[in-house]
Amino acid sequence: MTGPALEVRELAFAYPDGSQALFGVDLTVEPGERVAVLGPNGAGKTTLVMHLNGIHAAQHGVVTVGGLPVKKEHLREIRRRVGIVFQDPDDQLFMPTVREDVAFGPANLGLRGDELEARVRAALEAVGMEEFTDRAPHHLSFGQRRRVAVATVLAMEPEILVLDEPSSNLDPAGRRELADILRSLRITMLMVTHDLPYALELCPRAVVMNRGTIVADGATVQILSDADLMRANRLELPYGFFPELAGESATA
Amino acid sequence: MSGPHSHALYVHGHTWLHRLAPQAKLAAQFLFVIAVVATPREAVWAFGVYALIVLGLAAAARLPAPFVAKRLLFEIPFIVFAVLLPFVGGGERVDVLGVSLSVEGLWGAWNIVAKATLGLAISIVVAATTTMPEFLHGFEHLHMPRAFTSTLSFMIRYTDVIADEMRRMKVARQSRGYDPRWLWQARAIGSAAGALFIRSYERGERVYLSMLSRGYAGSIPRVEAAPATPATWALALSLPAVAGAIALAAWVATS
Repeated sequence: MTGPALEVRELAFAYPDGSQALFGVDLTVEPGERVAVLGPNGAGKTTLVMHLNGIHAAQHGVVTVGGLPVKKEHLREIRRRVGIVFQDPDDQLFMPTVREDVAFGPANLGLRGDELEARVRAALEAVGMEEFTDRAPHHLSFGQRRRVAVATVLAMEPEILVLDEPSSNLDPAGRRELADILRSLRITMLMVTHDLPYALELCPRAVVMNRGTIVADGATVQILSDADLMRANRLELPYGFFPELAGESATA
Repeated sequence: MSGPHSHALYVHGHTWLHRLAPQAKLAAQFLFVIAVVATPREAVWAFGVYALIVLGLAAAARLPAPFVAKRLLFEIPFIVFAVLLPFVGGGERVDVLGVSLSVEGLWGAWNIVAKATLGLAISIVVAATTTMPEFLHGFEHLHMPRAFTSTLSFMIRYTDVIADEMRRMKVARQSRGYDPRWLWQARAIGSAAGALFIRSYERGERVYLSMLSRGYAGSIPRVEAAPATPATWALALSLPAVAGAIALAAWVATS
């Protein structure tokens, strides 16, 4: 594939009640990049995510994924290319067993039989959950459910993985395990998060959203070190955390 | 908790009854119940044979006897009415231990209690050897409409999630000193139920979005499991076949 993995141009969107959520968003993500999307609540982060796979249709501007515009006639292919992991795994895991849930996406793409089975196995292996294939989702721990939620999306072999608050509600070990898994995936990644150390650890690049636009775009360590920028956008580092000392992202 | 995908009626195990294809089990259970219900009540021996068969199956599934006995208590509220029949029934009467009972009423009570108990017992055996996902697959193989099986599947999946939410809300109420003693204090429970309804509705929307994001286009794809082999069907259907033969013999014997 040549060209950017994801391109958002002048994207604007207002909800039916008239509240404007996006005021012209521009964002280009190259293949293989891992980008953190930072910003306060209500900045439009989730609204942007909903545009990436056509849940919301662009009212103004365009979104293209691997050169393919997000339009009604391409929705099927777009939703294969863009995998979204939602914040609450209970929203994402709705089938009676882990196996059926992971199979849901690829089965919608038309896969059946051995091919489907192989996809399910590979996706669960990628998140280290292969022994839980026949379990019911509500018998898993929260961290395990989050990992299965990632697998449900990986099973569609997406080109871009979009994660909404991947570290929320995880205990420290679960957070670490998920980071190891995400780092091991060779895939373009967009991560919406309030967890700034997590963003620094996993994403070499970060963009800051506020009031429906992207107000900063650069190396994560530089963005987190810019005290004025941080304060202006209601971003705060945990007490005693110094991005420069934490070092560059573990990009490898 | 009795296993990784347990429901309250499930007993974890690895017997041939646990492994039997769910669609065959469901069909056999249904037909068995029909045969039992169709048996004339006067053929007491027939019900004895049915009871032995069900006991044999429970033993084959290695179900603990106390478990089955406790589950059988479930029918009590439903058969209270039947127990009254001998007292209130009309016609010929007999004296049992000095109490005058209606013969017709006794037969009526026997009929209800015997058939209900057998029907419940076979259902307990099936439920104890079949997981929820297996039930759903079984229904699908038996061509229950997808709309029903999907609804059932969502219900099973989210019952626990919503019950958890309800529990958390209850703890939060109690933590603020809520201890209802009078009817007018029930208002908080009412608004909690309302809040739960709204939350579940919103969750429904989020689930739908996540389904759309994974390419949902109006129907949940079937995950095909291996169909039951003719041998499996033959094995499972031998149960209602035997029961049917007994019912037939009972009719012939009593007519």
